[in-house]
Amino acid sequence: MTLPVLTNDQKLGMYRKMLLCRHFEDRVNSLFLQGRMPGTIHQAQGQEGCAVGVCEALQQGDMLTSTHRPHEHAVARGIPVKFLMAELFAKSTGCCRGKGGSMHMGDADRGMLPAIAIVGGGIPLATGYALSFKYLKRPNIAACFFGDGAVNEGIFHETVNMAAIWDLPVLFVCENNKYGASTLIDSVMKVKTVGARASAYGIPGQTVDGNDVFAVYQATYEAGERARSGQGPTLLELETYRFAGHSRSDPGHYRSKEEVAEWKAKDPIARFETRYLAEGLLTSDLIASYRSSVEQELNEAVEFAESSPSPMPEECLADVYAE
Amino acid sequence: MSTLNNIVTKPDVEGRKLSIVEALREALQEEMRRDERVILIGEDIGIKGGFGGAFTVTLGLSDEFGSERVIDTPISEAGFTGIAVGAALGGLRPVADVQYADFLFLAMDQLANHAAKMRYMSGGKLKVPMVMRAPVGATTRGSQHAQSLESYFVHVPGLKIACPSNPYDAKGLLKSAIRMDDPVLFFEHKLLYGSKGSRKESGGLEVFGIVPEGEYLLPFGEAKVVRPGRDITIVANLLMVHKAMLAAKILSEQGIESEIIDVRTLVPFDWQTVFDSVARTGRLVIVHEDTLTGGWGAEVAARVADSCIGYLQGPIRRVTAPDTPVPFAPVMENFYVPSVERIVAAVKEVCQ
Repeated sequence: MTLPVLTNDQKLGMYRKMLLCRHFEDRVNSLFLQGRMPGTIHQAQGQEGCAVGVCEALQQGDMLTSTHRPHEHAVARGIPVKFLMAELFAKSTGCCRGKGGSMHMGDADRGMLPAIAIVGGGIPLATGYALSFKYLKRPNIAACFFGDGAVNEGIFHETVNMAAIWDLPVLFVCENNKYGASTLIDSVMKVKTVGARASAYGIPGQTVDGNDVFAVYQATYEAGERARSGQGPTLLELETYRFAGHSRSDPGHYRSKEEVAEWKAKDPIARFETRYLAEGLLTSDLIASYRSSVEQELNEAVEFAESSPSPMPEECLADVYAE
Repeated sequence: MSTLNNIVTKPDVEGRKLSIVEALREALQEEMRRDERVILIGEDIGIKGGFGGAFTVTLGLSDEFGSERVIDTPISEAGFTGIAVGAALGGLRPVADVQYADFLFLAMDQLANHAAKMRYMSGGKLKVPMVMRAPVGATTRGSQHAQSLESYFVHVPGLKIACPSNPYDAKGLLKSAIRMDDPVLFFEHKLLYGSKGSRKESGGLEVFGIVPEGEYLLPFGEAKVVRPGRDITIVANLLMVHKAMLAAKILSEQGIESEIIDVRTLVPFDWQTVFDSVARTGRLVIVHEDTLTGGWGAEVAARVADSCIGYLQGPIRRVTAPDTPVPFAPVMENFYVPSVERIVAAVKEVCQ
């Protein structure tokens, strides 16, 4: 299988997407601290290589599922940030019209189901979506993000097994950020890697440097091609790290300063910049202009969200049934 | 329901008789012939040389539709239920099947958190057109193959619930459920399939019913007055409709005329038919095989008390299973399941 050669524009596009993810999360964090948003948040700063690398390999018509930590997935999938921001502000212009919030952001029309906040819950939904693609003879695939915590859920076992026996076009993408909330994965899993579990289902499994956006893209692209050509699912483990705590209220005392520093040195965005400054694709001026354009996009998103109307309270009663 | 343009509400007076199993199978077959997006998914439903699901409802369907449309799964109730939800989101119309409703607890997350909520969480953009068929009822199989779980799901906004008592309703409601854009829990009673069980009223249960040839659909949210009467309203579902009918015969001989309402669907619920009836009779007994506390009968009692208090001439009484697991010993099971005698006694008390 030959990997398509990425053009410079594509590479820079991926870079901008990573920046948009990071700045989106930082902006959201600041808005929360200012008390301008309701709810809670689970942030993904540091995991941009996973979100952007996977989504870059998806095509129009493919379907993505996400988790309680979905912001970067939604940004990377290309849902306009103003609709995401409006959802976080609980406005009727939000991607779920104010009924989803942080943990359920998504827009199926743009290739991402509302995120599933039950750990492992998106795994069968993506697999069922893949079943529909195969049955309807569509050329598409489904991909589901889940964390390392989800691989100890029973639903993971049941569903990966069925996807395997039926050769469904689905990618199981584990963002292994080492911790399920505060629980270290090594303390709850005997095998060394999540990728190794693939052998139990007779499917390919791969452990990838999740902070290398191109490695993630390549692995996802290859797995996607296998799935599209009827060769069934792949289990991808993306090794990464979240810089923030599990949720808004978590200072992360269960992680050492050294560990956090070690991973911050592997920041996927900084790595991209270092490499392409050296290769000449990026310049410091160009970086500044990307950062400024991303900030501008987010300013507009916040303005859109804050000036949007709130839903009427009675709208809580609608959308329970289709008929 | 815009897709239902061929609604029939009264069965033929005469016609061929089918069992509920045959009626359900015919509904599945007709819908699968009509719409290629309809697929079946579950355990042991299409295996060559197998038995067509735990109660033969899908027997033979894999011969006609193949294993692509009659999908046999591993024993993975949560997994295949979630896959059905995803397939429904992806444009198919899956009819999933658990062998016993008791196993729905394994799939509770998929039903209550995903099937029921994806539409809502999406702000109304998505739909989940799936059906989950589930056999209920105590039939000397002990505690874990016996429960009547309707009330658990009545409490989950986003799910619709059907519980037919006869072959005619079973076919019409299942066809409607398959065409619906909402997730439907479809409860079937094992004794109505023709299982023998431990029932005392041998010979009293007619498991065959008239099912007209050809297509018809029944609407959700429309209860049926299966016996008119002036003295008391009895609201029941599934097997209990039949027991109420037997009780009504005995009561009639004693001068009490019962009006029996078969709810047919619990969500949506046809409140108006119940209210109208209670307004006429002034008395209400609710009968279900589900346990007492928090059962759907409690909701009926509360709503009637709220809307019809001025009409009531006596207390509202519920005849249900006691708040215990389902026992095995036939003598205990017969004590556990609401009996004709208990219905008769409750009605006479209320009518005093």
